[in-house]
Amino acid sequence: MTTTITEAAVAAAVRPRRFGAWYVAEHQLRGMKAYGWTIVVGSVGNPLLYLLGIGLGLAAFLDQPIASGADGLVDYVWFVAPALLATAAVTVAMDEFTFVIMAGFKWRRIFWGMNASPVAPPQIAAGLVLSVVVRMLFTTTIYYLLILAFGAVGDPLTGALMPLVGVLAGLAFGLPVMAFSASLKEDKGQFALVQRFVFTPLFLFSGTFFPLTTLPVWLQWIGWVSPLWHASEIGRSLSYGSPPGAWPVGWHLAVLVVLAVVGWLMARRIFVRRLRAG
Amino acid sequence: MTAPVIAAHGLTKRFGDFTAVDGIDFEVPPGESFGLLGPNGAGKSTTMRMVGAVSSRTAGELSVLGLDPNTHGPEIRSLLGVVPQEDNLDTELRVRDNLIVYGRYFGIPRSVCATRADELLGFAQLEEKRNAKVDDLSGGMKRRLTIARALINEPRILMLDEPTTGLDPQARHVLWDRLFRLKERGTTLVLTTHYMDEAEQLCDRLVVVDKGKIMAEGSPSSLIRQYSTREVVELRFGSDRNADAAVRMAGLVERIEVLPDRVLLYADDGEAVLERVTDLGLHPTTSLVRRSSLEDVFLRLTGRSLIE
Repeated sequence: MTTTITEAAVAAAVRPRRFGAWYVAEHQLRGMKAYGWTIVVGSVGNPLLYLLGIGLGLAAFLDQPIASGADGLVDYVWFVAPALLATAAVTVAMDEFTFVIMAGFKWRRIFWGMNASPVAPPQIAAGLVLSVVVRMLFTTTIYYLLILAFGAVGDPLTGALMPLVGVLAGLAFGLPVMAFSASLKEDKGQFALVQRFVFTPLFLFSGTFFPLTTLPVWLQWIGWVSPLWHASEIGRSLSYGSPPGAWPVGWHLAVLVVLAVVGWLMARRIFVRRLRAG
Repeated sequence: MTAPVIAAHGLTKRFGDFTAVDGIDFEVPPGESFGLLGPNGAGKSTTMRMVGAVSSRTAGELSVLGLDPNTHGPEIRSLLGVVPQEDNLDTELRVRDNLIVYGRYFGIPRSVCATRADELLGFAQLEEKRNAKVDDLSGGMKRRLTIARALINEPRILMLDEPTTGLDPQARHVLWDRLFRLKERGTTLVLTTHYMDEAEQLCDRLVVVDKGKIMAEGSPSSLIRQYSTREVVELRFGSDRNADAAVRMAGLVERIEVLPDRVLLYADDGEAVLERVTDLGLHPTTSLVRRSSLEDVFLRLTGRSLIE
């Protein structure tokens, strides 16, 4: 009797052990459907507003190009487009890796429900990340098609890698934030602080709207640690090539990968600790 | 005798200096409805989490479905149904989707989840709410949905942590009826409660837990026989006079309990005792003769009430 129950248990756990993370992602994506229109409208509307504002306004106002690529000076929209795309991915990460994580532990409490199923805490964390990757890829792909339509990409072929670079930027920023969110027991406005004192400065000082070298050296370090700057520089290099003296693309990639991996390891650890405590 | 589906020996859980579960022993054979009765903080939920393979033990042995939760958590959880103390339904999904999404966690194909979800909505008497939002359900309905969700994987053991806490009496009875049906079908139930009437209704056998230790074990009726008398006389003299009255009644029965609001006299014939109280010239403001319950067992074992 016991052997058959035991055997049944072993057989029943095979799929959850293998696909548990995917089941979590499936659940999250189903949940996103509830605000699906916001995602779609945001993914299309946000780039349109920026591109119209910058393309018709700022770019027309600037009477000389401010940045250069491998072949010399480039249009301002070319310069700005890869950075805007990466910012879009980071914005999604800011949404999905803050309140959604806290809600899962504290308000919606759905992580505890998942936790009682065969799915293990590392799979819960991985599934959440997977679902956010899907959402970021959706957003960055739409973004890419729009900047392409606006003629803001130098080489459409290599530029087509930009959506993936955007996702990597989202993870490099989002996974450490996820670890932070998972460690919080109470909401005391920490996410507003992250928004104001981490996200916004990164956005403003990451060479998004002007080359990082325009800033005094004592402010440039913000760019060096900012996933946004690294992703923007890779995107520019894919679009129109890097000017002489720029960081090699491999270095930028390495910084993004290191940030993402360290963030992931911390987030996973905190998920396990929290869901298996008590 | 079939092998137990849960076997705990010297099961212990410590959090730093605090011992939440202090070396308890129990076994649950398949098909039994087993209860852990005790006040809040007795260690019931911690025990449930260890059996549910989401919390590791500090010491002792534990086997669930013949497996060690430390090494075979996913295997054990595959065949468990868990109804937590605090609902954790997904309020952003509709009622039926909650069941389907949860079924997927067990690797059950979507079409099978859908069929089972419809059956379970029938069982939980929630057919009409299938497309409702979870937030629009009453407390009792949410609990029934949580129970339906816990059954989506056709579990061998259904674990319920305080299943009816916070529900109104009518909702509790609907829930008990559903659980009783599961019991009749042969599902093994493990439940914690601090309500003695719930334990009496649902448990074949139970352990009384206090401060992480098992105080007594048996069926509800055998525990009452062993630790209490057949009847109890409850008398109220007014809070400042209960103690004095108890002194004067001391010779009437073997055991008297003085609670802040009332005096309990334990006797096999309550009416006879009540007459002798009147003969002593004592006139309680209210008097009640009732049958002994698990509450009395608990009071006897720990000197405290279950619900404080």
